[in-house]
Amino acid sequence: MRTVRGRWLQWGVFAVLCLAAFSVFGVQRFPPPEFTETGHQLPSLISIPPRSLLWQYFDVFVLLVVLSLSTWLALKKRSRNGLVWTGIFSILYFGFYRKGCICAIGAIQNIAQGVFDPTYIVPFTALVFGLVPIAFALFFGRTFCAGACPHGALQDLLLIKPINIPNWLEHGLRMLAYIYLGLAVVFAATGGGYIICQYDPFIPIFRLSGDTFMVITGVIFLLVGMFVGRPYCRFFCPYGVLLGMGGSFSKWRVRITPDTCTKCRLCEQSCPFNAINKSSLAEVDASNLGPDKRRLAWLLVLAPLLIAGGIYLGGHTGKTMARKHARVNLAERIHFEESGKVVGTTDASAAYRGTGKPLDELFAEAGKVRDRYVLAGRWAGGWIALVIAGKLVSLAMRRRRPDYEADQMRCVACARCYEYCPQEHLRRQTLYGIPMPLAMAEKAVAPTPATLGKLEPVEPVGTK
Amino acid sequence: MAEGTTRINRREFLANGVRGAALVGLGALGGGLVASRAQAEDTVWQIDPYKCTMCGRCATDCVLELSAVKCVHAADMCGYCNLCTGYFEPQPVGLNTGAENQLCPTGAIERKFIEDPYYEYKIIEPLCIGCAKCVKGCAMFGNGSLYLQIRHERCVNCNECTIARVCPADAIKRVPRSQAYVIKNQQGKG
Repeated sequence: MRTVRGRWLQWGVFAVLCLAAFSVFGVQRFPPPEFTETGHQLPSLISIPPRSLLWQYFDVFVLLVVLSLSTWLALKKRSRNGLVWTGIFSILYFGFYRKGCICAIGAIQNIAQGVFDPTYIVPFTALVFGLVPIAFALFFGRTFCAGACPHGALQDLLLIKPINIPNWLEHGLRMLAYIYLGLAVVFAATGGGYIICQYDPFIPIFRLSGDTFMVITGVIFLLVGMFVGRPYCRFFCPYGVLLGMGGSFSKWRVRITPDTCTKCRLCEQSCPFNAINKSSLAEVDASNLGPDKRRLAWLLVLAPLLIAGGIYLGGHTGKTMARKHARVNLAERIHFEESGKVVGTTDASAAYRGTGKPLDELFAEAGKVRDRYVLAGRWAGGWIALVIAGKLVSLAMRRRRPDYEADQMRCVACARCYEYCPQEHLRRQTLYGIPMPLAMAEKAVAPTPATLGKLEPVEPVGTK
Repeated sequence: MAEGTTRINRREFLANGVRGAALVGLGALGGGLVASRAQAEDTVWQIDPYKCTMCGRCATDCVLELSAVKCVHAADMCGYCNLCTGYFEPQPVGLNTGAENQLCPTGAIERKFIEDPYYEYKIIEPLCIGCAKCVKGCAMFGNGSLYLQIRHERCVNCNECTIARVCPADAIKRVPRSQAYVIKNQQGKG
């Protein structure tokens, strides 16, 4: 036994020397034995195939069912209860069972990468999850947010005591989502990673694990979400931006009243997401429009300048953003090592040096990546400036609205406002869930546009 | 009233136009991406053992509580050494299965006597955490028959693999589903 051990130790010492000399990993140093005495059979390498593609198609099927169901519940059945249960199903299936992956929010990154990187193959599920809800939004508004999105449903369920956010803060914070979308597309298109997935606050909750930063942001979002309705959807969700843009051209949409708006103002405070536009029929004093018109004109002149500035700044930030890319980061590190600015190596730089490839190859590659970032940064800067300019212009414009209606861009079709509308109670023939007394139901006639015309338009009091 | 109706009609007309254009755009985008998929196969994540530097991040950075990465053993490359540098600590107290001698932090390698002087090593997969300590030992002094692979019965095939994001050697890549594992054997790259 002793001698055997000694022999192997010698081999070990020899191997160390080999390693020091050539630094070669995993070469055939010891010939595999023949097993002449026992005829021992080698065990086979078991490899279990990946999850069947059928399950992917099943996910797509579930998405289509849940999306159609929540559209029907929000627009046709007008059922808040139904949407809550659909949302709970989505949380359980897409959230806890599928661990929040695949999700529509993240899928835009796959699509962005697929468009800009021809070698990348977009998974079928990502394609469907990314595009189908937008197509739905073009016809029905953001019904995806109502019941099919586990992130939205989770925040919706946890909303206990909504507080009102002042308008200026609402408008300002909503800009963040557009910026987030721009950055996410930049990083996905340039191969710098999927930031939506990296910083998703709800993934650690669905997975019941995650790094410290993710867990902390998750907890913060949930706590804030108890008082501020859907903080992620409103202020951060990049997919919500796309759905909102689709939804603003939708054919059918959430209407607070099932038939006629009597401007009773009961729904005014019903939306926890600030998504109801108040009726405004007040005649504008035409003689006093000068300042407003001037402001709009100035903004329209300013918009191109703003966009040009955005493109310029975007190009500069592109260089900084490029450092998130692994290759650029590595090239920078090795450059510092070479010039003596840092001492020692990191795992990554040691690994690159271990491959024996010339450093110039890496530097050239990193330079190309950085150029891509500068270009992408310009686009993103232009986009962000365009959004800001558009927001300013839209705030400077006045729009006459005959009815109280849900904002097509912001409304997530949660169906809360329906229950505040007296016309809805008439339609359902119930009063807060209790069947309406027959006499009352017979008497109550929904006002028609003709009868409404006789009423004086009500100017909302105490509102802006 | 006439003015009101025309305004609504104009708005509807515009909305219809934009919707139509957006749908065509979505269709073109989706169609183009589907067409680009036609030649290709769906992919899964896998480790290239020839690039792996055994840094140990596979054990810590997977989104799963217990990493989807496990050590696998290419038995036909194994030297069946008595002093297995993948199994034993450097300078073990004794060449036996005592816990103090083992390199594996979870005792996930089973050592079995076959015939003099050969011992067989087997990975007990439920115990393996993918830390690559044994892989490093085997690669540095042995044949390199132990190596890390992403086990697809565990991997949830994330959009972006969190280990790939931190891998210093850029060793984790998407591979076609039909070649979901890298099989190491004596002939070298297989």
